[in-house]
Amino acid sequence: MEEKLKSLCTEIRCDVVRSIGHLGTGHVGGCLSVVELLAVLYFSEMHIDPANPKLPGRDRLICSKGHAGPAVYATLARRGYFDRSLLMTLNQGGTNLPSHCDMNRTPGIDMTTGSLGQGFSCAVGAALGSKLEDDGATIFTLIGDGESQEGQIWEAAMFAGAKHLDNLIGFTDSNKLQIDGPVEAVNSIAPLAQKWRAFGWHAIEVENGNDVMQVRAAVRLAKKNRGSGKPTMVILNTKKGCGVSFVEDLGPGNHNMPFSQADAKRALTQLLGREATDEDLEIGGESEWK
Amino acid sequence: MEMRAAYAACMAELMEQDRHVVILDADLSKASGTRALYERFPNQMFDCGVAEQNMASIAAGLASYGFKPWIESFTPFATRRICDQIAISICYAKQNVKIVGTDPGISAELNGGTHMSMEDIGVLRSIPGIVIFEPVDETQLRQAIPVINAYDGPVYIRLFRKALPDVFPADYRFDLFRADLLRAGKDLSIFVSGMLTADALTAAGMLAAEGIDCEIINVHTIKPIDRETVLASARKTGAVLTVENHNVIGGLHSAVLEALAEEKLPVCAVGVQDRFGEVGMMPYLRTAMGLTTDNIIAAAKRAVTLK
Repeated sequence: MEEKLKSLCTEIRCDVVRSIGHLGTGHVGGCLSVVELLAVLYFSEMHIDPANPKLPGRDRLICSKGHAGPAVYATLARRGYFDRSLLMTLNQGGTNLPSHCDMNRTPGIDMTTGSLGQGFSCAVGAALGSKLEDDGATIFTLIGDGESQEGQIWEAAMFAGAKHLDNLIGFTDSNKLQIDGPVEAVNSIAPLAQKWRAFGWHAIEVENGNDVMQVRAAVRLAKKNRGSGKPTMVILNTKKGCGVSFVEDLGPGNHNMPFSQADAKRALTQLLGREATDEDLEIGGESEWK
Repeated sequence: MEMRAAYAACMAELMEQDRHVVILDADLSKASGTRALYERFPNQMFDCGVAEQNMASIAAGLASYGFKPWIESFTPFATRRICDQIAISICYAKQNVKIVGTDPGISAELNGGTHMSMEDIGVLRSIPGIVIFEPVDETQLRQAIPVINAYDGPVYIRLFRKALPDVFPADYRFDLFRADLLRAGKDLSIFVSGMLTADALTAAGMLAAEGIDCEIINVHTIKPIDRETVLASARKTGAVLTVENHNVIGGLHSAVLEALAEEKLPVCAVGVQDRFGEVGMMPYLRTAMGLTTDNIIAAAKRAVTLK
């Protein structure tokens, strides 16, 4: 399983690079930092059916850091929600794959997000809805560390803790960077785990959020908290731009960056472990993973 | 009966019929009249505390789960404070959330300028996909609530919460998207919403004695405005007056002007003249903001003179 998940992560990263490279610009850093989480959720942990994206009682991921949309799309396509070739329409006029997640356009997307902080509250609403319906679903939600500066995050945290929404599992993509610089320097959110605990949540810290097995273990641990009366926040220590060294090296500059075909080829060379060709820039056959 | 009591009675009926109808509060359920429903419907009433942004987005999340959430607060906090949540979590995401704002305009009285929304309709009117409704009396409100609940999409209800004089007869039939003719006339069209509707009718009676025959149309739904009715009446009378408990910028006056943009006729306004509210009781505030029957009469005469 570890090898399968790892190779999936590479495939997803390659598709993120291809789709953003095709357009020439995009949120590369914050997409690459969350790939392991997406692979673990969609290929190992979530109760979903790609053939029936509206399956009643399904688990949901609400990606509150909506700018990670391209990474979610690459994952959904690999999982079979739609054809991978559509990834090349990313952000093109008329596309169903806009920069930020849109539930009315993309199969498998359960909430429209992009205005930071709001998706997290929506996830709390969905978790409340699931409790009222008693459908057994788990609501997963992903926020950014920069996003955690939004007051709405803490309004929602307080409510979810107070209402004992233990069917809610949050993830913080703690890549330590935001547009204007390091999170610590811009407006520190530390101590993060203590904050979540103070708001009535369990907090699990994952030392390396870009290690699939660490992420999977944390998700499974979080799932065991159902019945505890507390939601769980999993803090993933990640690297913004993970997997592509020249993107990582840009630091805060990799949030929304120009990304040429040459950049894409350079990234693919690193991800594939061989010299990438023009053909590698295209999106080809289906994944072997079923 | 107070408008909020009628509203709460309607909601209780809807919640009884459908467990997916839920109400979310931000610590103002008493003001909204729904406090007593918490005991009766413990799984359909949720108090988010003083956190309106979270309330709006939680409602969107519940709507995405198949629920029909109604959120409640005072008008300024139900609109301008959560404008982005309404725009993105609710309208852009196309979520079926109803927004109830109480104490519109000067009716906030003793809460004063901070709580006095002169701009709530203007704030929301430029957001695509939202319906904006302001009831006139209990009869209209009681018919409107189930219709709005059945309507699949975001609706803002600008609710005066205390008692209002009866305007509509018992045989009134409400249509969410049709303005209501209250008095036919030939000299001037008065388009009015909310609590000032009764005043417009009083003014029309007094103007009739002076030989000015006013047509009174209640525009209960300001967005989408019933353009057909507005145009037909304006073309018939050749002069227009709008009357509203709101800034003349962004509300009913603006909506009527937009509908009549290509018509060559005067459109005068009674409304708040682009200023903030202040503390006081209704009689003082009506005078201070220019919202009295006398103001309506003077503006009506001016509109007719401009023909």
